[in-house]
Amino acid sequence: MTLRVNDLKVYYQTLRGDVHALDGVTFDLADGEIMGLAGESGCGKTTLGKSLIRLDTRMRHVGGTIELDGKDVPIADDKAMVPLRYHEISLIPQYAMSALNPTRKIGRMINELLRARGVRPVDIADELRRRLELVGLDPDVLNRFPIELSGGMKQRVVMVMSTLLNPSLLIADEVTSALDVSTQRAVAESLVEFRDREYVKSMVFVTHDISLVYQMADTIMVMYAGHIVEKASASTIVNAPRHPYTQMLISALPEVGTTTDQGRLEGIPGTPPGLLNPPTGCRFKDRCPLAFSKCSERPPLVEIEPGHWAACWKTG
Amino acid sequence: MLELSHVHKVYRVGAFGGGRLRAVRDVSLKVEPGEVVSLIGESGSGKSTIGKMVLGLFKPSSGSITFDGTDITTIRGHTARKAYYRRVQGVFQDPFSSFNPIFKADRVFEMIRSSYFPGVSDADWRERVLKAIGTVRLDPDNVLGKYPHQLSGGQMQRLLIARALLLDVDLLVADEVISMLDASTRIDVLNLLADLKERGLGILFVTHDLSLGNYVSDRSVILRKGAIAEMGPTARVFENPLHPYSRHLLSCVPQLHRTWAEVDAELAANPPDHFELPVAPDDESAPLVEAERGHFVGIDQG
Repeated sequence: MTLRVNDLKVYYQTLRGDVHALDGVTFDLADGEIMGLAGESGCGKTTLGKSLIRLDTRMRHVGGTIELDGKDVPIADDKAMVPLRYHEISLIPQYAMSALNPTRKIGRMINELLRARGVRPVDIADELRRRLELVGLDPDVLNRFPIELSGGMKQRVVMVMSTLLNPSLLIADEVTSALDVSTQRAVAESLVEFRDREYVKSMVFVTHDISLVYQMADTIMVMYAGHIVEKASASTIVNAPRHPYTQMLISALPEVGTTTDQGRLEGIPGTPPGLLNPPTGCRFKDRCPLAFSKCSERPPLVEIEPGHWAACWKTG
Repeated sequence: MLELSHVHKVYRVGAFGGGRLRAVRDVSLKVEPGEVVSLIGESGSGKSTIGKMVLGLFKPSSGSITFDGTDITTIRGHTARKAYYRRVQGVFQDPFSSFNPIFKADRVFEMIRSSYFPGVSDADWRERVLKAIGTVRLDPDNVLGKYPHQLSGGQMQRLLIARALLLDVDLLVADEVISMLDASTRIDVLNLLADLKERGLGILFVTHDLSLGNYVSDRSVILRKGAIAEMGPTARVFENPLHPYSRHLLSCVPQLHRTWAEVDAELAANPPDHFELPVAPDDESAPLVEAERGHFVGIDQG
């Protein structure tokens, strides 16, 4: 078992009170598993990704534990996290294209990063070249400035950079959202290749695009308003979801081939609840067509069949 | 209604404007009333430039854009431009930056009133606003008198469409209107566009997402490097793509019930017939050939 997250709670501190962005999140991630983390904006998916590596100053660890390869990950202790970052847990940030320093050549930037982490760049130079070639980049990019590269190339540079020390866990946050469809496919396929070659042991792929994550992930976890709603294998989530939120979300996605002539798709009425004073019980109950009296209690995340977890009173 | 004929747009680029970038190359297309035309392309394909030229924000370098027979580049003067914008309006990608955060969101309606309908009485105007808000399926109590930060992206985007509706527009240029919205509200905005189409509005729907383009549109135009790669009735373009670029794009779209591997295997099992592409006589023109009725295929650009 690579990663085990148990009842994790992370709140944002604001002047008006705590925003309950992650409110009791429990899941496991197996060796070699690529987990897609999907949900609408504000559901806590990026917060979860960030919590696994670094809490920023507004974020507060309220409770719960994270274990990676059997060792505790002290996320609340910023200093104790330093040795883990990059070596064990690595992140490809959202908007990776703007994560590159515009005043440094790519090669120099990578060397500086390696030295800062106590690794000698020469020990890794050959591997770096090999991996750049693997994602279809000429090693010549090392002598170029970020502005000279296209969006897809920058994204691949950041990808190679983040995984250079073979981390156990890679968090990829909306890495393909800003790319064109054909580049998106190339980047997504390289990420799978990295897993297959064991450059990274397991991966959390954060995205809002379920059809993309279906192409590459082994499992998909759906979040809603700071809670986990459902987790199962990718094909189960897409073809046989059990939670009403997942069902409505999947049926709201237009596909190549669907047109309004064949009947309209329906959105989900209403908006997600604010997380400053989140409602008690199931957070989806106000938008849920199946809601009944019991939904005022929070439904536990239970395994309804092997490998398929859902948090709903109606599925249990 | 709207007709583009051999439209080109060349930008000057580089430090002293010495370089040339052909953003739109020999594009001809039509939008009829009650029709949604999707302009689909990757970044740099010129799709937004076309939308902006239709809105009169840029002038084409050559070629003509006519709206009900009038060449829009000949529209001069404040009054004439205002009359044009009464019939043609745009809604853009980012609803969050379309509003001024200092003012309440419904100020956009007041602006329309003060510049186009100064003579309308308060009660009458309120009724019109409520009707427009009803058309975009918003609850007036939830949106009127609110500040932009109190509204969701979907609500703001629908308010902007309601604003365009107050003017009785004939043509709406929707430039990536849903790419910033969440999956659950996205479809509501798309359905709204379909409703507007039934009311006789022509919509130029600019998007990079093939599955969204496909959902609402009657005709699709796939652009590549400024030129039309393929144009035709949406169902034909998506079921029987003839240009290698359209085929490639379609094979890269993540689909919900088929993986890329399955799509590739299917393509390998029955490879599509080769289609002879037209050849451009020079660097500027981009001729189209009609492969079947109304279905055009453009030049090969490597």
